[in-house]
Amino acid sequence: MEQKKYWQNLGELNDTEGYQKLVKDEFQEDLPLLEDRKGLLDAKAPRRDFLKYVGFSTAAAAVAAGCEMPVRKSIPYLNKPENLTPGVAQYYATTYVAEGDVVPVIAKVRDGRPIKVDGNDGSFMTGKIEGTSARVQSSVLDLYDTARLQWPAEVVSSNEPPKELPLVLDPLDKKIAAELANGPVVLLTSTINSPTTKKIISDFFAKFPGGRHVQYDAVSYSGMLQANEATYGKRVIPDYKFNKAKVIVSIGADFLGTWLNSEEYASQYAEGRTINQENPQMSKHIQFEGMLSLTGSNADDRFIHRPSETGAIVLNLLAKLGGSVSAPALSDDKLKKGIDITAALLNENKGAGLVVCGSNDPDIQILVNAINELTGANGATINWANPLQTRQGIDNEMDQLVKDLNDGKVGTLLVYEANPAYNYHNAEAFKTGIQKAKLAVSFNDRVDETSALCKYILPHPHYLESWGDAEGRAGLISLQQPTIDHLFRTRYFQTSLLKWSGSDTDYEDYFKNHYVTQLGGQSAFDQALQDGFIEPKELTTASSAFNGAAVADAASRVSAVKAGADIELVLYQKVSIGSGATANNPWLQEMPDPVSRATWDNYAMISYKMAADLGIKLDDHYEVEYTKPVVEFTINGKPVKLPILAIPGMHDKVIAVALGYGREEGVGRAGKGVGYNAYPLVDGKGAARKYYVTDVTGAKNTGDTYTIAYTQTHNQYEGRKEVVREFSLADFKKQPDVLPHYRQELAEDFAKKTNNFRDEATLYPVFESPGAHWGMSIDLNACTGCGACTIACTAENNVPVVGKNEVKRSHEMHWLRIDRYYASYRDNTEGDNLNVVFMPMLCQHCDNAPCENVCPVSATNHSTEGLNQMAYNRCIGTRYCANNCPFKVRRFNWADYNGADSFGDNQHFSGVGKLDEAVLQMNDDLTRMVLNPDVTVRSRGVIEKCSFCVQRLQDAKLKAKKSQDPSLIRDVKTACMQACSTGAIVFGNVNDKESRVYKLRNVEQNRRMYYALEMIHVLPNISYLAKIRNTDRPVGVKEEHGAEEKKAEAHEQSHG
Amino acid sequence: MVAYFCSERDTTTSHKLLDIMSYHRSTVKSFFSGLAIVFALSFLSISVNAQEGKAIFNQKCATCHSLDKKLVGPALRGMEERGPWGDRKKLYAWIHNPAGFIANDPYTQGLKNEYNGVVMTAFADLTEAQIDAIADYIKNAPPPGGGGPTNPDTPVAKAPESDNTLLFGVLTLILAVIALTLLQVNANLKKMSDDKEGVPAAEPVPFYRNKLYIALAIIALFVVGGYATIQGAVGLGRQQNYEPEQPIYYSHKVHAGINQISCLYCHTGAQEGKQATIPSVNVCMNCHMAINEYTKGPELYRADGSVVNGTAEIKKLYEYAGWDEGKQQYTGKGKPIEWVRIHNLPDHVYFNHSQHVVVGQQQCQTCHGSITEMDEVKQFSDLSMGWCVNCHRETKVQFNNNKFYSIYEKFHEDIRNKKIDSVTVEMIGGLECQKCHY
Repeated sequence: MEQKKYWQNLGELNDTEGYQKLVKDEFQEDLPLLEDRKGLLDAKAPRRDFLKYVGFSTAAAAVAAGCEMPVRKSIPYLNKPENLTPGVAQYYATTYVAEGDVVPVIAKVRDGRPIKVDGNDGSFMTGKIEGTSARVQSSVLDLYDTARLQWPAEVVSSNEPPKELPLVLDPLDKKIAAELANGPVVLLTSTINSPTTKKIISDFFAKFPGGRHVQYDAVSYSGMLQANEATYGKRVIPDYKFNKAKVIVSIGADFLGTWLNSEEYASQYAEGRTINQENPQMSKHIQFEGMLSLTGSNADDRFIHRPSETGAIVLNLLAKLGGSVSAPALSDDKLKKGIDITAALLNENKGAGLVVCGSNDPDIQILVNAINELTGANGATINWANPLQTRQGIDNEMDQLVKDLNDGKVGTLLVYEANPAYNYHNAEAFKTGIQKAKLAVSFNDRVDETSALCKYILPHPHYLESWGDAEGRAGLISLQQPTIDHLFRTRYFQTSLLKWSGSDTDYEDYFKNHYVTQLGGQSAFDQALQDGFIEPKELTTASSAFNGAAVADAASRVSAVKAGADIELVLYQKVSIGSGATANNPWLQEMPDPVSRATWDNYAMISYKMAADLGIKLDDHYEVEYTKPVVEFTINGKPVKLPILAIPGMHDKVIAVALGYGREEGVGRAGKGVGYNAYPLVDGKGAARKYYVTDVTGAKNTGDTYTIAYTQTHNQYEGRKEVVREFSLADFKKQPDVLPHYRQELAEDFAKKTNNFRDEATLYPVFESPGAHWGMSIDLNACTGCGACTIACTAENNVPVVGKNEVKRSHEMHWLRIDRYYASYRDNTEGDNLNVVFMPMLCQHCDNAPCENVCPVSATNHSTEGLNQMAYNRCIGTRYCANNCPFKVRRFNWADYNGADSFGDNQHFSGVGKLDEAVLQMNDDLTRMVLNPDVTVRSRGVIEKCSFCVQRLQDAKLKAKKSQDPSLIRDVKTACMQACSTGAIVFGNVNDKESRVYKLRNVEQNRRMYYALEMIHVLPNISYLAKIRNTDRPVGVKEEHGAEEKKAEAHEQSHG
Repeated sequence: MVAYFCSERDTTTSHKLLDIMSYHRSTVKSFFSGLAIVFALSFLSISVNAQEGKAIFNQKCATCHSLDKKLVGPALRGMEERGPWGDRKKLYAWIHNPAGFIANDPYTQGLKNEYNGVVMTAFADLTEAQIDAIADYIKNAPPPGGGGPTNPDTPVAKAPESDNTLLFGVLTLILAVIALTLLQVNANLKKMSDDKEGVPAAEPVPFYRNKLYIALAIIALFVVGGYATIQGAVGLGRQQNYEPEQPIYYSHKVHAGINQISCLYCHTGAQEGKQATIPSVNVCMNCHMAINEYTKGPELYRADGSVVNGTAEIKKLYEYAGWDEGKQQYTGKGKPIEWVRIHNLPDHVYFNHSQHVVVGQQQCQTCHGSITEMDEVKQFSDLSMGWCVNCHRETKVQFNNNKFYSIYEKFHEDIRNKKIDSVTVEMIGGLECQKCHY
């Protein structure tokens, strides 16, 4: 019962036949050349044919390459801007704004093209960190989206594509202005927190009285807003301080992934969980949830429940903490125990506890506020100064609008950055309603579901092309400035509003005037633009007066909530796709979901028990061959067929489906028709949206199958288990030196003379690094698995998108993957005894690299700076290196995914035939503008892998050489490190004793430091810091055999 | 830099008439090396101060002033005899703050009227010593009409190293013939001695049917042919001596050679980034707003031997820049110049000019050849990987002069212990793949 095992998939857990076969071969199929034919040797005259081909191709190559060189032109500027040097990047501070989210960013612009964004670490809005989410990282690709509407258009009929409008829009503007004057105008937007835009909107409605502005969030937070209004008198969301909390309780809130300002929360969370090894302490995180979420995976203790029980849990907790409410009895003993533990911890840590809840029910949120009030969180871990303004939509306002539309009470509907025809729960009602408006105008950037129903579409520019501002938290203003001219004929929607209300000012001028006046001069404005924000020097913490009048009513309503009869459904957002607005972004679609490891799809996540109940065998056919059974559920009386993924840690009676999928044609080539649209399942019966459904019945296995491209069976370790290291906090306090001892044992066994494992335990010569030696440290305790690093790496290193069909063939190209390990009791893989560990895995740059020895052409070899180098032009594609890599981090480029070759046929091969639409979208000239010119675009037939962002290292060294200051190379950051909001990844020169990475390894965290598969003596340059879990449950692999046997095993592996 | 691939193919016949050109070049070259010696002597008399002054003059003043010609501003030769400029204090005041000075000075007020109300730009950053240097230069500058002075520092181009291949070839041929003859003689002598001794001789085989000879010939052919094929294959895609015809006949010899314009004045990027950058048209116009004719320099010739009308080429520039010479203003109808790119590296090669120019302190000429003597530029080096690597093997790093290299403690220790006397680029990893390929 005590025995734990770390495993990534069921094949690995049960060591099935199919799994053994899978891990035997690095590549799961033969070369395409051999696939469909009998084999070259069976051909009639293979030798002669071969010689013919060789002769012909040599001659062809000679003719193509030798006789005439192409004339290349070099065209300098006519008038070069003064501060621009071709080939040297420039950085502009601007702000990512999408559906209310505000992230101040620094955009890297190379030769006029923005190619990378990272957080602006000067701003309070980002929490003063550079780390961002995967969605912010990928936003630069959206700028070059081929599906963006390239001109203002008129929708003539639903059957034909929109018609381009003439260059001069004056007649149209007059026509629309005249129409606006006729009747009530409604402006429907996502959350607007831009001060200038708000002013323009209020001026606009002063001109057209009787109209109104409706803010509508795809995934609503109106429950929180209304609860805060009821209890604190403010319709805002406070600022949470996870770093100040010693006890973090989340009841269904995915605060590390998708909940509100999650990147900032993740950074604070990691701060509270940083281990000081002399006096190890960390916050305790307890998660209550129905499904296995990203946040739940990181929790110390996790208790699972039905979504309908959320209210009961909150009530019980409130009652336990001394709230004068009567709580309904809970049937589940584990859950009761969980509430007892939680209440006790919160009582012990008054003023240092924080309870957050993901429910959108205002009553439940009122009770949560009451809990936080009792634990003294108000003013301590909950800060009411500078509250968050990124979500402001109120559900019943939107419901009223849909009603008014259907009643014909709306004259003109203007839509900006909202897409209710896709994501409103009753989209059909909206669709019929919008037809009844006299005029509908959309400012969305593409012909999406809603725009297609409007008369005119006047696309708004992308944020990287725009001037603008945003006030993500009250008093913290972030500014936008364009990093590139408008790529297309787009116009600010604010300019349209200004024009129609009779002003001739362009929004750009309006914006500049506003801030020049407000800041008192051009130079102050310039400074603010350079900073990217206007913020006070210090922020204060404030509490707010709590009014408990609403608690009793709320409690009685909450206790009246009935549980479903059988199965319940949870609707959640994925950290990659979110609400679905960016569904046409291939980087995000191909990012494996942190928990399920699935790409390019949504599905129903169910528990193993439910799978068994449905008669689904979780065998090799299911796990290894990707074919997932399709199950029919009857949800709210409607049959819904969904492929299932069985996930440990799910409640037995809960299924979970991600929102944001199932977009229609207009979203673009990559995103259309991916997955199933779950928005119609959202419960809209009450005043506030409910993201769970209790009425799920009649689950039955249809017998059909569906292939989900998921990566959890790719890149396996063949049972080598010293990859993940995890301890409970108590164990670590008791025995802090387990890892140093292990290292000492290795040295004693294999380096008997010098006790130097590194130098003595090998037959190979020892590499010397006279200058810099690059190394990385990854803290598994800080890593939340959010995947921002994967996307940052993709953006920085031109990592290709391969499409769903290629992921199915294990051809995904991510240089950096995040392995997700489940750790559970071997005989009980279910439920809340589950630990999940995320481990970023990338090329370990081994100093004694197994890949280097086997390359026949020395295309991969070692540098004096400790880099495992890859020379693409030397690689002949034998893939021996990938076979010999113990970490499985080498990727073979099977089909010229980036369109680097001039030969189109290199994208076609038997087995696939044609690459997915998403790949072809990435090959478009427009999309290719996102490529980083400092990194080679690899073509077909070569191995590629993490380079430690060598282009950045070279650049940093060049800067240091130019300014003759070696300390400058301390500033170098790899893309993954820069994107990590929790600071899990630290990179630097380990020969420099002042560097962070040297200090972490040798001084600050040497007790948690370990190398993956250390005993095989490959000498990785990446070290990991073991995960510490603050729990009483047993954690980590217990010694299976005696120490002697283990040593023998290590011995064998290092020689085998 | 915007570079793109053109679908058209280069059909210019740049190499056809090379021999005619080389005749012209050599006469021109000898003429100028003569001049160079004359001027090298005359330069000795000029103070170092004036040399510095010249550099500052070219950098700061030459955009608007010439020594002998009225441009945007007046000609400056003999300026100390005019107006208040005999007094250096007033000169400092004027240069540092023209707007302030002009208020109380009738002479400069007059100048302002003469030059359509344009007042000189302030150069507050020039120190008094620097202004002195400029004034000294103006005073001592050689009078016009003597042709362009050549920098005495410029190394006089070495005579091309004599090519011995032909000599060796001829020698090999002669030796081969001798060997063949001796073999024949030997055979004949053997035959004669055999005849004498009465040994029955085999039927004589003529040498062209002798199997030994045929085998030897085939082996020789194979070796020579194989070598040629491999050399040819290796050279595919290389463009050494590529000298395309450019949209404007721009002579580096006239600009960088005779007129001594620093390479970095135009190729500013060489110090800052990857690309040296071809200057934008506005940089050309800095000088050519004033220099509107080509009269004083040597005759220029195209590759086909035809004479170039320098003035007409400057007019072409005006066409591109959209400069109306009559009205002395821009029409706003300029267009960028589409130069033909000469130096091309494959996409998988990362090359950074600033690394070599600033850190490595290499001269432009190391890779680009004696650019100051080329009219239209041709590719001097073959830009092959072997060529890069050889240089990295031989070149010594500025090891003690650059504090960055203090991180190479081991090498510093070895130098102190006299184990090594210098550090080459190779030793700090200059031959590793990912220094240039990533």
